[in-house]
Amino acid sequence: MRALSRLGRQFTGRIWRLGYASRFFLAILLYSGTSLRRLHLTVREVYFTGVLSLIIILVSGLFVGMVLGLQGYDTLQRYGSTEALGVLVSLSLVRELGPVVSALLFASRAGSAITAEIGMMKATEQLSAMEMMAVDPIARVVAPRFWGGVISMPLLAALFSAMGIFGGYLVGVQLIGVDEGSFWSQMQASVDFREDILNGVIKSFVFGIIVSWVAVFEGYDAEPTAEGVSGATTRTVVTSSLAILAADFILTAFMFTGT
Amino acid sequence: MWAAFTPFFTGWCRLMGDPILLESPAVKLTGVPGVNMSQELLVEIRDLNFTYDGRPILTGINMTIPRGKVVAVMGSSGCGKTTTLRLIGGQLKPTSGEVRVGGQVVHELDSDGLYNLRRRMGMLFQFGALFTDMSVYDNIAFQMREHTDLPEALIRDLVMMKLHAVGLRGAHTLMPAELSGGMARRVALARAIALDPMLIMYDEPFAGLDPISLSIVGELIRKLTDALGASSIVVTHDVQESLKIVDYVYFVSEGKIVAEGTAEEMKHSEVPYVHQFVWGEADGPVPFQYPSRPYGEELMEGAVRRG
Repeated sequence: MRALSRLGRQFTGRIWRLGYASRFFLAILLYSGTSLRRLHLTVREVYFTGVLSLIIILVSGLFVGMVLGLQGYDTLQRYGSTEALGVLVSLSLVRELGPVVSALLFASRAGSAITAEIGMMKATEQLSAMEMMAVDPIARVVAPRFWGGVISMPLLAALFSAMGIFGGYLVGVQLIGVDEGSFWSQMQASVDFREDILNGVIKSFVFGIIVSWVAVFEGYDAEPTAEGVSGATTRTVVTSSLAILAADFILTAFMFTGT
Repeated sequence: MWAAFTPFFTGWCRLMGDPILLESPAVKLTGVPGVNMSQELLVEIRDLNFTYDGRPILTGINMTIPRGKVVAVMGSSGCGKTTTLRLIGGQLKPTSGEVRVGGQVVHELDSDGLYNLRRRMGMLFQFGALFTDMSVYDNIAFQMREHTDLPEALIRDLVMMKLHAVGLRGAHTLMPAELSGGMARRVALARAIALDPMLIMYDEPFAGLDPISLSIVGELIRKLTDALGASSIVVTHDVQESLKIVDYVYFVSEGKIVAEGTAEEMKHSEVPYVHQFVWGEADGPVPFQYPSRPYGEELMEGAVRRG
């Protein structure tokens, strides 16, 4: 009986927290005026979340593309269609791997940093100080970080895919010797702007919202102690990674069914 | 623009007149006599009760803070001092009773009203709460940039004035991580007075400071209050330093006011709690021992267990 009531308490606690997170999301949207009016606040966050994540995104993209080149060639040569390597690499990247892997990396690199920063600001009473100065921390601290993440994510995903295609080209064309003309021309002919590229951009935009929302919420809601901030950072990475994968399935089901 | 700029100079001529602020003979630092608590009141707290998770934190608090005075709220850690400040600043809502600041009931204000009121308040947090991603200069300019349209050149002059007042004009380029505890507290003090507030609240301003910094911060609280014509509420458990600078003291224990009076009255108080607190006695109404079973009983139980 006691276990049952504990389970019930945990369940209602989670539902309550989900409701709180939703209200928090609405508050971010309501207080986004400052981020738009004073664009330098958002641009600064694009630098911290986007530009500073470039190294990990570009290097990962390159290696993922190179692995795709090797694996793709190995599979395609069994069917005598190695010329389609460019199509395989590019479609895998722009449809799936680009948005998903870059979002997972973004959650670990930038999401955790956002949570830790906001959590530490709370623990050191910087958010309270801001409130006492009649400045709303959601408008001044949270919303610019949220929008910074949302803007950065599709750009990072695009760079990841571009770097991945370059990695596939290096391995497939330069290393293995697939025909360069076939690699690029088949890619150009098969990749559709609306079906493939635009859907990939929409995915990465949705993932950007998910990661940024989870990151700012966990930071704002963190226990104001070292342990609390550390727990919140871990929750950001776990929750946003699971949410990205779940959202990817749902989006893919809607976008690519029957095509 | 001049109209917006003028209020910033209120009281500053007097303060800035003496370049070596800390050696100024203009302000007496020891117990200011003749406090008349019936003067015009800036803060009035009436029958204030506050409970958290069903646990009473504050019970039946009545306080008044007159304009232009430094009032201390003293008591041991966890007695509800900081909660009182948060109720005055509107960060918490009372369970019953009311807090009036400048005639307005704080918990009845909507968010715009509360923010308007807070623009006329300054608060010094326990460890400064400086924005760690901004320089000293930007920390102090923060409120001016958020709440005024003053040109950057004017903001610079004002920031330098505030920093000069706390003796840290030369440190304006430093980041908070480069400051010592005492310097951080002084920068936070300069930030708290950035918009020349009518009420300045200090949460444990002396905690963790070396004796020199302690004395500097204490003197600054007194001088800035006098120069700005503001009221100050100092929440502290540092008796010796605060009794030097305050006009009136409230002693809080377990969420209730147990004594009040001028600094001199408190020094000679016969109230057991106040006596123990002022003279730093290890045992008294606040017991040395954490509540536990009788020691003899516990020893006997150990002996029986060992056979």
